[in-house]
Formats: sequence, structure tokens, C-alpha cells
Amino acid sequence: MKSLLKMTWIETKLFLREPVGAFFTLIFPLMMLFLFGSIYGNVPTQYFGGRGTVDISVPAYTAMIIATTSLLGLTITMAAYREKGVLRRLRTTPISPLVILVAQVIVLFIMTMIGMLMLVIAGKLVYNLQFDGNAFSVLAAFVLSTLSFFALGFVLAGLMPTARTAQVVGLALLYPMLFLSGAGFPRELLPESILKISTFLPLTYVVTLLRGLWIGDAWNQHLTEVIVLSGLLVLGVIVSMKTFRWE
Amino acid sequence: MDPIVKVQGLRKTYQSTVAVEEVSFEVQEGEIFGMVGPNGAGKTTTIECLEGLRKPDHGEISVLGVDPQQDSHFLHIHTGMQLQQSNLPERIKVWEALDLYSSFYPHTLDWQELLGQLGLEEKRNAAFAKLSGGQKQRLFIALALLPDPQLIFLDELTTGLDPQARHSIWDLVREVRLKGKTILLTTHYMEEAERLCDRVAIMDHGRIVAIDSPAELVRKSGGEERLIFTLDQTLPLEVENSIRLLGRLEIEGERVIIQSETGQATFVYDVVSLLTNHDIHFRNLRTEQPTLEDVFLKLTGREMKD
Repeated sequence: MKSLLKMTWIETKLFLREPVGAFFTLIFPLMMLFLFGSIYGNVPTQYFGGRGTVDISVPAYTAMIIATTSLLGLTITMAAYREKGVLRRLRTTPISPLVILVAQVIVLFIMTMIGMLMLVIAGKLVYNLQFDGNAFSVLAAFVLSTLSFFALGFVLAGLMPTARTAQVVGLALLYPMLFLSGAGFPRELLPESILKISTFLPLTYVVTLLRGLWIGDAWNQHLTEVIVLSGLLVLGVIVSMKTFRWE
Repeated sequence: MDPIVKVQGLRKTYQSTVAVEEVSFEVQEGEIFGMVGPNGAGKTTTIECLEGLRKPDHGEISVLGVDPQQDSHFLHIHTGMQLQQSNLPERIKVWEALDLYSSFYPHTLDWQELLGQLGLEEKRNAAFAKLSGGQKQRLFIALALLPDPQLIFLDELTTGLDPQARHSIWDLVREVRLKGKTILLTTHYMEEAERLCDRVAIMDHGRIVAIDSPAELVRKSGGEERLIFTLDQTLPLEVENSIRLLGRLEIEGERVIIQSETGQATFVYDVVSLLTNHDIHFRNLRTEQPTLEDVFLKLTGREMKD
């Protein structure tokens, strides 16, 4: 337990010392919010079902943070730790090797959470953000989405031979997903044909679930999303346990 | 006393290549035992089988009385390991690494003291990636010493370091031994093995070709010592003949080389006495001792290459 706490603390510091990761998790979503907020404001429009741009962007950007920390942060860190021999060194100590995985999950989860909270606070203070959902429901959906994407990140880390390939493949998966799932731009701006493609992207389900619960939808309106994300989580955990390598 | 490490008939293959075969040796408490040989000789495979990182195909291994495959947890608590290919996160600070690793063990030395003993006090707040090769190895030694282990594994400890860093690492290893630790190391520097180890196993093509103290190995199979000096005059024929009785004589211009053939302990004295008795003024006299390098050459029929 003592080693898990210490490991988590060190990994927190390491996360914050890595400027790129910290930027995309904590700063970049805020910049997006202020950029589009200053262009469109947060005036309710029919187009977004009576909500403003900021109202629908906060849950969408939360999905963006989840995808970025999982597919870039988690994947690259774990692939680099394996490639460079960091895991190898840990293997020769008495602690369970799981400690570093758990610490990594805790740190990235907390950082993703902080990223979301910063969006909410900024939205509230600057754009009078509207929230009609149940906070616990949104939190539960956030936990489910984050964990299933972390599982995906671990699968990717296990499959990629080096940190470099993990980075390339992570980006190749992340970018189309951000554009097409409605995480980076409101889905209402996308044509019908693209929306069809987006049903194959796991991030689409995160965006739909978070946006829906945000405006007060009931859980039973989002059974598809819950089933897809839970399936992703279970499958991801099983596959990553099979593909995980210490060196 | 039971040996600290006991290996009997170790064999390990990777697909079709045999990495290690019929390797057997023992390491006694308090000694520095070295495995030496060229890259690919099987040193790292052997040490990693002992550390429990690799599973042998055949053979019996006992480290501190346990089988590394059966009880790796026990070994991880009671041994210190410095691995050939391992790293710490780039941005972790020296003190953080020591503090973190301290939390892994039930009992540890005070890492603040280790920091000073290993000359890393100034680098306390430096990121791992900013350390020099020598400093990184010092930190790895510190991590290996942290659990106050009985046995320490050092795999290719000084590879890639400059001579000065290498010498200071050697001093460090000697200090560690003075504290009663047993050290098992691998190296492909013959000089390192010769200077540091109480006993060495010379490995080649996955087998141990010789095992003994460096001095004994050199005495048995290193060839004989040589005496070299320069002369302003030519050697009188009578002196030349007397020298030929003591050893093999080669004359290259003003340089004279005499190689002992009998291994007689008084060889140098005999030659020098002969020269002074005939009032021959030699200059730049030096002797060349055979080294482990010569032993390797003699045992395997080829040069040690890096």
C-alpha cells in the first residue's frame, strides 16, 4: 500500500513534468472552449436543441480528454516503460508489478477528472454553463467511459513494439475519432454519411452518453452506449491481460 | 559453509541456438565472482537465470538456498540486482527513485546515506535522463544496495563508461565487498575481471572454459613473462649465448626482448644480474606480465573482441 501511494505520487509528478501530455489533458480543452466560446458564445439555439455551443461542448471535450489520455498518455507511457526497461527493473523488486499499472490508472483518471472539472468551472464562470442532468449519473458515465478507454490504451500498449509506434498508431486512431465522433466538433455539423462511419468509433458512444446524461436523459435512453462501452471494457481488460509483456 | 550460489549443469536455448550449456560453478560468501567473455558468450543468460528472469531448460540453480524459479519473491528481497538493459523514467529525480524503491522493501538502508556514499549528493535533484553514464550506474548500484542484500548481481556494470568512471566504479564495488557482501558480476573487459574479481569463470560459446583466481589462471595458461630493454651497444656473443639459456631472445634494432620459457621465479633477477656482471648498460627496462587476455587467447585460440 505504501508503495502504491508513493508510486502514484511519483507518477503524478512525472505526468505534470511531461509538458505534452499535461497540455493536451489540462490546457488544450480549455483553449478550445474559450476559442469556440468567444466565436459563438453560449446563446441557446434551435440547432443544438435549445442549448448553447458551450453547453454541448463541455461533455464533448470531456470525451476528447478521455480519448487523449488513453490513446496517447497511457499508451505511450506504458510502451516506453516497457521498451526502455523501466518495467524490467521493477520486476526485480518484491512489489507486485501490478502496482505500476494501478498507479498509472489512478494518476490518469485523476488528471482526466481535473481536465473535466476545469472545463465545467470555466464554462460556469465565463459562459453561464447550463447543466440539467444528475451529477452522479454523469460521474458514473464518466467512470465507465474512462475505464473502457484505458483498457483500450493498455491493449494498444501491449501490441505496439516501441513507444514510437505506439505514438504513431495512437495518433492515427485518435485524430479521425476526434473529428468524426463529435468530440472535437459538434456532431450536428457533420453530414449524414460521416455520421454513419462514426457509429464504428468507440468515442462516439462516449460523446453520446455524456452529452445525453448532461442534459438530463434517463439511463434507459442510452442502453446501447452502456452496452458498447461495458463490452469494450471487459474485452479490453481480457485482451490486454493476454497481450501484456514486461519486456 | 554452503555456497551462496550453486549452479549445476545449466542449459538454456533460444529456439535453435544454444545460449548456455553445461555451466556449473559455485560462489562462496564474501567473494567477488566474475563471469568474463566476449559478447554472446552466455554471461547475461546465465546471470538472468540466477536472477529468476529466465527459466533454464535444464540444470539446477540454488541462490541463497532457494530455486530462483520457485521463490523469486525471496530473491527480490534478499538480493540486489543491476541489470544490463534497464532504466528509470526519464524525468524521475535521483532522490525520488531512491525514495520510491525504498518503499518496495520491508527493510532498507537509509537512502540519504547511500546518496552520499555513492557520490550522488550533488545530483540529488537531477532528472535521470540528465545523468552521465557513470552517474546512472552509480544510481543503479545504489538501488541494488538499498535492500541491504547479502548478494549483489552486477551485469556489464561498466560497459560504455570512460576509463575514469570505470575506475571509480571499481573502487565502489571493492568498498561494497568490504561490507561483507557477495558480488556476482559479468564483464567483457578482461582487465576489469583481473582487477576486481577474486575468482573468474571464462566463458566462450555458452560454456565455461576455465575457472579460478585471475592470478592462478594467468600462471597456469597465460604464458610467460617478458623482459624488454634497449641497448646502445651490441650484445657480446658470449652474453647472448648465456641469455639464450635463460629464455627466448629477440633483437629488434636496439630493442631486446627476452621471453622466459621455464617460468622460473628468478627470471628477471637472473637476466639483470647477467647484464650487470658484464657491465652492459641497458636502458628503459620493463617487464611484461601475461594477462587474462593472454589466457583467453590461449584457451580459445582467438582474440577477445569487444
